[in-house]
Formats: sequence, structure tokens, C-alpha cells
Amino acid sequence: MSRWILDHLWLIPAVPFAVSLVILSLPNGRHKSAAVLAVAGQIAALVMSFFAFLPTLETPGFRFVQNFTWFTFGDHALRLGWLVDPLAAVMLMMITLVGLCIFVFSTGYMAGDKNFVRFFAYLSFFSGAMLGLVISNSLLLLFICWELVGLASYLLIGFWMGRPSAAAAAKKAFVTTRIGDLGFFLGLLWLYGRSGTLLFYDGGDGCLEKAGLTMLGASATFIALLIFCGAMGKSGQFPLHVWLPDAMEGPTPVSALIHAATMVAAGVFLVARAYPIFSLGAINGVTPSLMVVVWIGVITALMAALIAIAQADIKRILAYSTISQLGLMMVSLGVGGVAAGMMHLLAHGFFKALLFLGAGSVIHGCHGEQDIRKMGGLRWLMPITFSTYAIGMMTLSGVPLFFSGGWTKEEIQHVTAHWPASRLPYYILLIGVVLTALYMTRQIIYVFFGDRRVASQHAHESPRVMTMPLIALAICAILFSIVLTPAWPWLHDYLTGTAAGVELVRLIQPTLFLSLVLVGAGFALGIWMYRKAGVQDRQRPADTDPLELAQSQLFRFLENKMWIDELYARTIIAFSWMSARLSDWMDRHFWDRLVRGFGGIGQLLGIFTAGIDERGINAGVDETTVGTRGLGRLISAAHSGQIQTYLSVIAIGALALLLFYAWLA
Amino acid sequence: MTPTLQLFLVISAALFSIGLLAALSRRHAIFILIGIEMMLAAANLNFVAFWRFGPQTQPPIGVMIAIFSIAIAAAEAAVGLALVIAVYRHYRTTNVDHLNQLKG
Amino acid sequence: MVGLISALIMVPLVGALALFTAPARNARPIALSFNALAALDALVLWQHFDIRAAGLQLVEQHTWIPAIGAEYLVGIDGLSLLLVLLTSLIIPFAFLAQKMDRGFCALMLIMQSALYGTFTAQNFVLWFLFYEMSLIPAFLLIKIWGGENRDRAATKFFLYTFLGSVAMLLGFLGIYLARGSFDFVTLARLGKNGLLTGNLAWLAFAGIFLGLAVKVPLFPFHTWLPDAYESAPTGVAMVLTGALSKMGVYGFVRLLLPLFPNETRIIGPWLLALAICSIVFAPLAAWAQSDLKRMVAYLSVNHLGYCMLGLFAVAASPIGAAIDTQAALSGVFMQIFNHGITAAALFYLVGLLEQRRGLRGIGDFGGLMQRTPLLCGWMSVAMFSSLGLPGLNGFIGEFLIFKGSFAIAASFTTLAVIGLLVTAIVFMRAMQALFSGPLAENCSAFPDLLPREKVTIIPVTLLMFAIGVAPQFAFNIFNTTVVQMAQLFG
Repeated sequence: MSRWILDHLWLIPAVPFAVSLVILSLPNGRHKSAAVLAVAGQIAALVMSFFAFLPTLETPGFRFVQNFTWFTFGDHALRLGWLVDPLAAVMLMMITLVGLCIFVFSTGYMAGDKNFVRFFAYLSFFSGAMLGLVISNSLLLLFICWELVGLASYLLIGFWMGRPSAAAAAKKAFVTTRIGDLGFFLGLLWLYGRSGTLLFYDGGDGCLEKAGLTMLGASATFIALLIFCGAMGKSGQFPLHVWLPDAMEGPTPVSALIHAATMVAAGVFLVARAYPIFSLGAINGVTPSLMVVVWIGVITALMAALIAIAQADIKRILAYSTISQLGLMMVSLGVGGVAAGMMHLLAHGFFKALLFLGAGSVIHGCHGEQDIRKMGGLRWLMPITFSTYAIGMMTLSGVPLFFSGGWTKEEIQHVTAHWPASRLPYYILLIGVVLTALYMTRQIIYVFFGDRRVASQHAHESPRVMTMPLIALAICAILFSIVLTPAWPWLHDYLTGTAAGVELVRLIQPTLFLSLVLVGAGFALGIWMYRKAGVQDRQRPADTDPLELAQSQLFRFLENKMWIDELYARTIIAFSWMSARLSDWMDRHFWDRLVRGFGGIGQLLGIFTAGIDERGINAGVDETTVGTRGLGRLISAAHSGQIQTYLSVIAIGALALLLFYAWLA
Repeated sequence: MTPTLQLFLVISAALFSIGLLAALSRRHAIFILIGIEMMLAAANLNFVAFWRFGPQTQPPIGVMIAIFSIAIAAAEAAVGLALVIAVYRHYRTTNVDHLNQLKG
Repeated sequence: MVGLISALIMVPLVGALALFTAPARNARPIALSFNALAALDALVLWQHFDIRAAGLQLVEQHTWIPAIGAEYLVGIDGLSLLLVLLTSLIIPFAFLAQKMDRGFCALMLIMQSALYGTFTAQNFVLWFLFYEMSLIPAFLLIKIWGGENRDRAATKFFLYTFLGSVAMLLGFLGIYLARGSFDFVTLARLGKNGLLTGNLAWLAFAGIFLGLAVKVPLFPFHTWLPDAYESAPTGVAMVLTGALSKMGVYGFVRLLLPLFPNETRIIGPWLLALAICSIVFAPLAAWAQSDLKRMVAYLSVNHLGYCMLGLFAVAASPIGAAIDTQAALSGVFMQIFNHGITAAALFYLVGLLEQRRGLRGIGDFGGLMQRTPLLCGWMSVAMFSSLGLPGLNGFIGEFLIFKGSFAIAASFTTLAVIGLLVTAIVFMRAMQALFSGPLAENCSAFPDLLPREKVTIIPVTLLMFAIGVAPQFAFNIFNTTVVQMAQLFG
């Protein structure tokens, strides 16, 4: 079975694609068939992924490659390929597992929507594209799937098209990520030009293999940075992060699947996949491109965590937390901890999907309200949602020992602490740990503790179909830690393809202890700051945020997302729009006139020749005509019409002739 | 007085001149026609005269042409008179001074 | 099968005459049946075309006016065949786009014949004859059946293209006087070592360049285009952008680059700069348009700019690797075809909106997704194809063009990426304005796609998917030609 799947890897993305097409052709009312088809497609993908995953367990460093020719241009073949290695296999498993949970959840969450069918078509389409992305063995195929997941994201963010804000968010997402994608595209072209192939692995000739890499030379840095542009766009890294919070306009399952668990992690995956290019020519594990990755990640992680503290929308908080965590993963990759980054990616996939679905459940229970200041006291009304959400929150905050997030974060801190270039990222990450615990505590206090407020008066627990995925994901988030611990670093070894051995000593290292302390500090700070926030007047939203009371300037700065959107609107967007108007104006008034001006030279010539025509040739012809007419008039006078006159003229003529002859003779 | 060529030519010239005078001076279309007929007659006379006083071996070409010409003149007179009548019916006059439609 | 190409040229002409033997109300069906005949002919041509043989095929040659070196010489290579197929596709598509009376149909058929002639003629005099022959029907169609400002637009269109043609004719006369041949193949062979020398070369080059640049159009000679496309009736706009604009690109490939390799190389950077201006400024201007047709028209300039980028990159490089030259050329050919069907489809869909609403301003619509999901869906496909989304046809051509030209002229190609971005912005803006938001009041009675509209748009869209996913069948048409041309330019 595994062999067969490996030989037919294309089926893994193809099945969800096909399902999507079938669903799209269903009539609009067929909710049930759409849901069944989509979930069945996802289960099929999960099963196939599992069988593709199995062989990677058997041999360390397993890599299965299957290349094929897409098309031939001129006499060159453009080849694409599929690939299964541990990196791809774990992504497959995570995507299909999380995806399945979210598909099931959506059947409940979207039950009342009149475009239910279309939603599942898009969701399946996304799933296909994302699965294709992780198993592609060609940067081009990866780029293709990359763009297709972008399309799915666009369609799903703007799913409620009737809302102008959703449409605007969809546009913003597409355009912002496309900026990054174009950088990626250039990097791809450059790489293609240098190494002559876009296949990652091709029996020694691939661009990630030794022969291909040596051809890159000094351009590797630029190629890596351009590829990283794509990753920045997709993974919401500063300065291209602005689309991700707005993407929360989409239905919550979409936020969970695409904008938290899978698609946004594609940027991290891309860096991990193309890591040989990033690390080419590394001195002591540091290259200029990796340096950029680290610092972008650090900035993103800190900035997003800060902004998250001052947000009021339950999904926006999670969105900024996603950005922050993605930054964290980038840092990890940048400092050399590919395995650590990927581990955090996988763990994050589970717990962030859990959190988002929990948020969806909360929103569902509060009849569409998303403002946490209007919620409160939900812990008794929605016990399952609360307990699973709490697990998600602990995991995200990085509570060690029982939660996967704790282990992966510890791993990242461990590698960052040993980065030779600078210690600063490590310290900033530590601040990030505190901030994460803080904003999660704030959120959970507002939503679940204290008294009920406006939106939570009539809240209710969500139906089984929605809570079951929550429970499943919560279990995953906890159980996943089994393979992460330094006591049994199975996943680490699996990803790196080496047997690093047990490092029990890390269990008692200061980093672990430190992170425990910091998380605790974050919780304590949060509880202390927001202890009063829960107890408020029942009918009104919560009063001013305690942080706002203490630091109103700072709070406003963070609440408005550091005014980055406004900054862009005033600078880049305004500039682009100005140049658009200018182009239009130039077209209408300048280029047209310029070209016509050159035409005007011809016109002048025309006027000149016309003058010659008018004054010279035409006048001459006119004169001739007038003369001819006068002559005619003169001669016509002789034609009196008197027959006898004619006769006499003839007679005189004859006489004259006669005389002439006589004279001659 | 023996008839000589000169005599015939003088008569013919006189006849022609009288005809011309008639054609030029009369205002009546029929008289003009008569004048023209006289000029033709003068020409015929010349033909016959030149034949009669020419080399004797000649066949009677002059007479032949004269007879031919008289026949044509007859036809011409018929057409001419018919035209005159038609003109008269149309304009109620045969005075050629009034018939100047061809004036340029 | 000698005579296939002549038949191809004759069929539409005969059709144009045949229209006048039947009642006027039957004009469109008759025209369509002649289209079908021509398309069949084109398919037979494709079938008889040997994709592995280099050079011209199915050549027909007759003496015409020996005194001036004019002869009736038609033949096809991969590029010609591609364009013949494109024409056979676009013209019926345009016929299905709108109602038209008899004169309209007849002029369209004449234009079709001229297009076939242009893409198959291999002698300059014959080629130029057909090239000009397409101009007059286009002019009349805009002038008589156009929208508002049609007089101005038609005159502008005619003057620009005609002046360009005159310049080109003068250029060619110069070549003829110097080298005594009008035959493309002969001239291309001579061109390798410099066709002309000194100032004459530059004058002839400038003349021919001007004629073709106006036709394509290349920045800054493009200003006639938005006006003409805006005023042209839907069907005419489809043919103008889908097939007629390809005459210019075809001219560059067939005439200018082979005949003047040295001149092109010397001013290559400037030509590339013009192409970049087309690519960057046209979509920027499109962004600022409120009229949908004008918007699509500007994007046409942008897409043809990619073709120019690829061609000039190939021509400007003294030593390009074979793979890059071939990639750029293949990309250009692919882009020619893709842009043909995609832009025609966009004009068609804008036409559908216009028929329903009576207006076509971007602000005249809103929330269409709620009312006409199918129309919006297919229109989105065309738009995504146009902005180069992978999986649809547009990506293949653009990827190859960028691949080829990035390796040859990296800095210019990097700038060209801005065009890709702005195109995306333009379409995103259009989609946001048209499809989303609350349903506009005056759109609430719109019918969704009617069956006959579905029959028209779906095959074209499927073709976009087919090329986007499995483009080998399209590459087969011109791969040999690309290899041959790459050697010529290399």
C-alpha cells in the first residue's frame, strides 16, 4: 500500500482537488452531500498521507522522489516532481489531521450559511493545494501550489462577500502576499538561471544537492533573500504582516485552518525546505540570509506579541499571536534550529487550530459577537469549549512538561541561546514568552471568567459536531509532546535524520527552568492586571482596559497596531495610487500629445505643401481654366446661329483660298 | 462662236455667283435652297465641261458624276423642303433670321 | 495538400460575399458557418503540419508582379500555425459575443481573411497587402457600430496605424532598393550579416519599428488603443485585442528581429526600457480607469509588453544561453496565444455586463456575486488567468518569458515584476467593486449566464485550464520553430 501511494503521490493533492470540483458543480442546496464529500475527501487524503508517512519511519533520512516532465519548450524539458521525506511527511500528517478536524467542525459552524456548498468546495481546494505544496519536489511546483493556496485564502477570506470589510480584507491579503510572492518568483527565476533546474532532489542534480548548490556561488544570498520575501508574505512577517489580522474577516474555521495552522506556516516550511540555499557557505552556522531571517523573525515576534495585548477582537488576538509564533519559528530556523522550528510549526498547527476553533465555538455561542469585552463568565456555560481552550492557551503560552508548545518553545530557546552571532534574539524571545502568557491570560479572563456581559447572556455550548474536533485537537496538543521531549527526542531525530541521542541533561538545564519562571510570571502579571476586569456591570461591556488606565498612550499605540496600516496607507498605497493617476494623466495628456506632436511635424509639412499647392499649382491650373473659358466665350460669339452668316464666312474663306492659290501660282 | 471651255466656265461661275448671292441675301428658306441648287448646277456644269474638253479617250465620267449629283440634289431638295415645312410648322416662319437656335 | 492556406484565406472572403445572397437576418448564422469552415481548414492544416520539420511548410508559390519582386508566397511555420489557430478561435468567439447586422458580419469576415493572410504570407508585398486589409474593416467597424466618441476613436486608430504602416512601407522600399528582395526567408538570411549599412539601415529600422510598435502597441505609441477599444463594439474589441494586436508582435518576430539583428542589439536597452514602460505604466493607468473596457484595454498593453520584453531580451543579448533564448521565445509565443483568448474573454464578459446594465463603469455594479454567481465565477477565472495565476494559461507564458529574460536582462526583468503586482491590484480592485459588497440596486434584475453565453464562455475557459495544467499540446506546435529561431538569434 505504501509503495503504491508513493508511486501515485499526485493522488494526495488530486483527491481534494477533484472533490472540490465535484462539490462546485453541485446545486446550491445540497448541503449534506457537500459536507459528506468534503470530509470523505479529507479522510482519503489522511489515509493516503498516513501510508506515505509510514515508510519514512522505517529508514532514517528516507527520501522518495518522483520526477516527471511537465512540458518541453524548445528542446528543453521543464521537470516537476513529488517528494516524500520526513519534512513533507509530518506536514502531510499535520495538515490532514488538523484539516479533518476543521472540516468536521465547519459542518456545524457553517450549517446555517446559504453558500455552504461553495464553502466546502473552497476548503477542499485549499486542502489539495496545501498538500501539493508540501510534497512538491520542485520550487516551481511549490510556487504553483503556493499561489493556489493564496487563491484559496483569498476566496475564503472574502467568503462573506456581502460584507465590504471582508472583500477589502481579501484584496489586502492577496495583494500583500503577492508582493512577497513576486520576490519569491524572482528568486525562483534566479535559482533556475543559476542551477539550471528547479527540482530539489534529482539524483544528485537537484538544486538543493551538492552539485546544484555549488553552481549558485555568491548569488545564493540574494536567491535566499528573495525566496524569503515569499515566506514573509505568506507567514505574515514584518513588514508584510498586515494582511493576516484582517484575514480574520473570513469564517472562523478558515482562520483556524488557513490563517493559523497550515497556510501561514507554509513560509516557515519553505525556508526549511530551501534551507540548504540559506545556509550555503555558512560560517559557524551564520549566513547573511539567515541573519535577515532571524532579525525579521525577532521583530515580528515581539511586535505582534505587543499588539496582541491591546486587541479586543478574540480572533485578532489569536491572529497576532499567530504572527508572533511564526516569527518565533523564523528565528528558530534562522539560528539553525530547523528541526526545532518545524516541531514548533507542527505543535502550533494543532494548538492554534484548537484555539481558533475554540474561539469559533465562543463566537458561535455568543451569536456572532467577537469583542472579548462583551463576553465573560463563559466557563460554566461552555465547559468543553472552556477546558479545551484552556489547554490551547497553556500550550501556546508554553507551559512546560505537559503541553507540546512548552517543549518546542524550550527547544527554540535552547538553539537561540546558542546562536553565535548575538544573544539579543534570545532575550527578546524571553520577553515574548512573558507577553504571550500575558495576553492569553487577559483573553481567557475576559472571555471565560468574571460575570456574564452583553454578548454572553444567552450563550450556549456548541453542538457535538463542533466540540468533538476541539477535544480531538486538545488531545493532539497534549499527546504530541510525547515525541518532543529531550527525554525521547524522536521527532527531532526523525526530522534531522540522525540519532542525536537522549539529552536528559537538558531537563535540568536553566533554560527550561527559566521558561517555567517566565511563563509563570506572565500568568501572574496577567491575573494581577486583569483581576478586576471580570467583575463588571452586567449590561455594559468591560470598562477601560487596565493597561489603558496605566499607559493610555502606549495602549492606543498598540491598539491601533502601531499605526502600520495607516503608515502604509499614507505612504506606499498613496504613492502607488498617485503614480496610477499620474500614469493615466500622462497617457491622456502627455504621451498622446507627444506622439501627436511628432505627427504635428508631419502636419506642418502638410501645411507647407498645402501652401505650395494652393498658391502655386492650384493657382496655375485656375488661371489656365479661366483663360480657356474666356477664349471659349470669345469664339462662341462668332456662332451667331445665323445660317447665312456661316455661309458667307465659308464663301469668303473659299474666295480667300482661291486668291491664295492664285497668288501661289 | 464655237463653244470653248472658257465659255462654259464663265457661265458656270456666273451661275455659281448668282446662286451664292441668292443663298446669302434671301431671307426665305426656300430661296436659300434654290440658291444652293443653283450652285450645285454650276458645279455639274463644270464636271460636264471638263469632261467634254478633256482627253477624248476618257469614258463619260463627267456626265456620270453630273447625273449622280443631280439625283443626290433631288434627294437633298426633298429633305430640305421637308425640313423647311417642319420648321415652318413649328415656328410659323421660314425667315432664317429668326432661326438662330444654334447661336453659341 | 497544397491549397489549404489559400483556401483558408479565401473562405472568409467568399463568406463575406455569400452574406449578400441570403436574407439579412441570416447573416450571423451564415458567417458562423463560414467560420466553422475556416476553423476546419485550420484544423486540417494543423493535422498536416509536421511538428518536427523546421522551416516553412505547405508552401504555395506563384509569380505575381515579378517587376517589383512581389509574389504570392504563403506558408506556415509553428508561429504562423499558432496564430492561424488563434484567429480561427477568436473570430467565432467574437461573432457569438453580440448581435450584428449584415455589413458588420461581412467586415468581420474580411478582417478574418486579412488576418489569415498576414499570418501566412511570406513575401513582404503580399504580407503588407493583408496587413493593411485588416485596417479598413476595423476602422469601419469602429466608426459605424462603435459607442460614443467613435468618430474620434476610429480616426485616431486609423491615423496611428496607417502612419505606422506608411513608415514601414518606406522602410521596406529602402530594403528592396538595396537588396532587391521582398522574400522574408531570403531577407532573414541576408540580415544575419547586416542587411543594410549606415544611415539607410537605421532609417529602414526606424520605419519598420514604428509601424510595428504602433500596431502592438508599444509604449508610448499606445495611446490610440484605450480609445479604440473603449469605443469598439464588444466583438470588434475582442478581435482587435485577441488577433489584430498579434500582427504587431508577429511582425517583430518575423521581420524586425531577423532583419535587423545588429541594430536591435545596439539599441536593445532602449527597446527593453520601452517594454518595461509598457509593463509598468499601462497597468498603473488601468488602475486609475473607471471604465471597465478601458481598464482591460490598458492591461492588454501590459500583457503585450511582456511579449516585447521577451523578444527584446532575446534580441538584445549578444550571447544568451540556448535555454534562455528558447524559454523567452516559447514564453512569447505562449503569451501571444494566451493573451488572445484571455483578453478576448475579458472583453466578452465586460460586454455581457454592459448588455445587462447598459453601462460599464466600475462603480455601476456591486454585489454581483449574490445575483450572478456563474457570471462572476467565469469572469474571475478570466481575470486570474490574466493576472498570471498558476494553473491557468497566463502563468505558463509569463513564467517562461520571465525565466528567459531574467537570465539575459536581469535588471529590466526585475522592474517588470512591478507590472505583475499592479495587474493583480487592478483585478483585485475590479473584483472587489463588481462582485462583493451589497447588491447594487440597479443590478438586482440581472439574469445570470444564459445558456448560449455558457456555451460560448465555457469552452474558452476550459482551454485556459487545459493550457494552464497540461500545455504540452500547445508547445508542440511551435517547439521546432523556437529551436530554429533561437539558432537564428543566438
